[in-house]
Amino acid sequence: MIPELGYGATVAALALAVWGAVAAAGAARTGRTDLLRSGERAAVGVWVLITACIALMLYAFLTFDFSVRYVAFNTNRGTPFYYRITALWGALEGSIVLWSWLLSIYALIVVGQYRRRQPELYPWVLSVMLGVLAFFLLVMTVPAPPFERLSPIPPDGRGLNPLLEDSGMITHPVALYLGFTGFTVPFAFAVAALIVRRTGEEWITITRRWTIIAWYFLSLGLLIGGWWSYHVLGWGGYWAWDPVENAAFMPWLTATAFLHSVMIQERRHMLKLWNLGLIFLTFGLTLFGTFLTRSGIIGSVHSFTQGSIGVFFLAFLALVLLGSFSLLASRVDRLRAEGVLDSVVSRESMFLLNNLFLVAAAFTVFFGTVFPLLSEAVRGVKVSVGAPFFNLVNIPIFLALLFLMGVGPLIAWRRASAENLKRNFLKPVLAGVVVAAIMRGLGVGNALVLTAMALVVFVAGTISLDLFRAVRTRRRNGDGWAAATLGLLLRQNRRYGGFIVHLGILVIALGVAGSQAWSVQTEVTLQKGQTVDLGGYHVRFDGLEATEESNHAKVTGAFTLSNGRRGETVLLPGRKFYPQEQTPIAAVDYRLGFLEDVYLVLGDFSRDGSQATVKLQINRMVSWLWIGGLVLTLGAALAILPEARRPA
Amino acid sequence: MSRRGKFVVGGLVIVAAIAYLIWAGVSQSVVYFVTPSELLAAPVASKTYRLGGLVLPGSLKWEPKSLDLSFTLSDGKANVSVKHKGAPPDLFAEGRGAVVEGAWTREGYFKASLILAKHSEEYKAPHDGAEPGYKELIKSLRKESTR
Repeated sequence: MIPELGYGATVAALALAVWGAVAAAGAARTGRTDLLRSGERAAVGVWVLITACIALMLYAFLTFDFSVRYVAFNTNRGTPFYYRITALWGALEGSIVLWSWLLSIYALIVVGQYRRRQPELYPWVLSVMLGVLAFFLLVMTVPAPPFERLSPIPPDGRGLNPLLEDSGMITHPVALYLGFTGFTVPFAFAVAALIVRRTGEEWITITRRWTIIAWYFLSLGLLIGGWWSYHVLGWGGYWAWDPVENAAFMPWLTATAFLHSVMIQERRHMLKLWNLGLIFLTFGLTLFGTFLTRSGIIGSVHSFTQGSIGVFFLAFLALVLLGSFSLLASRVDRLRAEGVLDSVVSRESMFLLNNLFLVAAAFTVFFGTVFPLLSEAVRGVKVSVGAPFFNLVNIPIFLALLFLMGVGPLIAWRRASAENLKRNFLKPVLAGVVVAAIMRGLGVGNALVLTAMALVVFVAGTISLDLFRAVRTRRRNGDGWAAATLGLLLRQNRRYGGFIVHLGILVIALGVAGSQAWSVQTEVTLQKGQTVDLGGYHVRFDGLEATEESNHAKVTGAFTLSNGRRGETVLLPGRKFYPQEQTPIAAVDYRLGFLEDVYLVLGDFSRDGSQATVKLQINRMVSWLWIGGLVLTLGAALAILPEARRPA
Repeated sequence: MSRRGKFVVGGLVIVAAIAYLIWAGVSQSVVYFVTPSELLAAPVASKTYRLGGLVLPGSLKWEPKSLDLSFTLSDGKANVSVKHKGAPPDLFAEGRGAVVEGAWTREGYFKASLILAKHSEEYKAPHDGAEPGYKELIKSLRKESTR
């Protein structure tokens, strides 16, 4: 029953989305309000139908309805209740359902927010959003139907991919997809503004706002993804330059570029063409990312034929890019810059540089990700470029970006005088140099860490200096320090939200540099009672224990951790044996700390429990990534708040 | 030089620098993917390769004390013996695909620094014979822990 109902709902939603897109476009051309209302009703209908699809799928998961192929392949009778819900988006078909659902919610928000406020742009925006939604519903109908029937009905399902049995799986995909789908809104507004030839102020305000919202969720998704990688995958790292990660990182980079260059447009009415290009590129990259990770093309070019989903995405991507960029080309004459660049030493050129580097970083990630494909297609040679390539190329770019992060926000517009430079940058530069020299004196030899440290102190110095001056000015009105600071943050929330995001990035940068330079690890086989020492820690192997969970068996090792100062802690890393997998999966255990994490992975062990092989890592400053991430998201949230007043 | 000219030249210099970075990055870190027969046809010692093949059943040897892991990778035509320091990773087992990164040595084996086990995407219904004997394992560990 469920497969038929679900398929019916999908097809009906597809038909409604297509009608809505056509009706809204018709309304935009003719001004007929009845058509527009019909388009809006279609948007609501699409949301209702996709919600129904989700409800049906959940019902199928909770009742173990193995007549649905997707359910049978992603759950079994032992799957815990909680993971039967997250299994909904555990694989390709379900993740497309989630994508469409979130997109339909964004469409409803747009209807609610802009139907009265933006009468000119709104019909086109609605049309574009429903058009994109129709594409995803088409994917749900033809190449990746979530409700495909399985016959004969198996007695039990295959089970969820064990790596996905983690609490991060409820937040990570949702945040990531809220980010990905969120970029549809700026895209739709950009297209609408070009069509009706209104590329002025209000378009920019709306687009910027929605880009920050999508950027916020994408950042959150990337961070949770890093955390998941760190605490589930058992290799002790948080970022592997895996194609799946790169797919999410590329639009993040171009969206970041847009959030900066849009300020030049607001202030100086320049870069209009470039900004629109960035919006289109970001949206295109979200589609490209899905294509890359979902078509199976990454394993090898030859797996391209495995499913038709890749062709759908590639065709849609081509349509979107060709359509939007030719629209852009046809409006070029209206997008001329009204201002000019006055000097190389000015905020405008710093922002230009920032954009150049961000887009270059996106390009290098793109290049490294598709290079193996290109090589195989062109030369017939299978190669891989892994983390070393991305690190080598991106580290200089990111260091340059860090430097610009200090200079950009404080340097004068148009043309910076020597006085302006001295006033804003002399002290921070000195602070950076002094701190690096002290660290060098303390025995830090790693040039990269020293450079990163000097830059971080420099940027933090500029931000503090600016904040201090602004607060001091406000204090003249008689406010206390706390009231003055809070008032400033709320009053100029965009500026200071941005600064807080920058501070978060600085903390993350320190975490990355520190963890790369100072983490240590060892691998050893221990007899019961034996101890291994690393980085001032002693880890003693106390024995193994086996337990049976609802859908797997688990062997847990008990290890006592001590470092002579604090008391003893017991770490319990294990290995999980799933009947549907032929080999076990590690369950790491760790003790997180501000400066260092102790991270323990159980490897092989003897059947009688007398010996075990473990990998012990002391990962330094990894916690700074999560702390910096928290600061960054708080800053982004502050920047999203409506502005009280335009800053003077 | 005009102001515009300065910007154009500056931009070109940066773009060229980034292009050079990418070129240098690729030429330094590109790793060729080979099969056992391709590797044995023209082995170059101490050059980094990724070698992919099937872990030959019966070839896996693991010495927990010394952390020595050795096995044979095969593509059906040629066999390459591989040595690695460290416990076998998740998803790694005899009769399954694996990709190892490392270098060919003059002593005639492949020294792996990294093992990337392949996740099997095919669905295999669990049946008693195929279970990795974990029930028995649990029994033996239980006995041990209650003693």
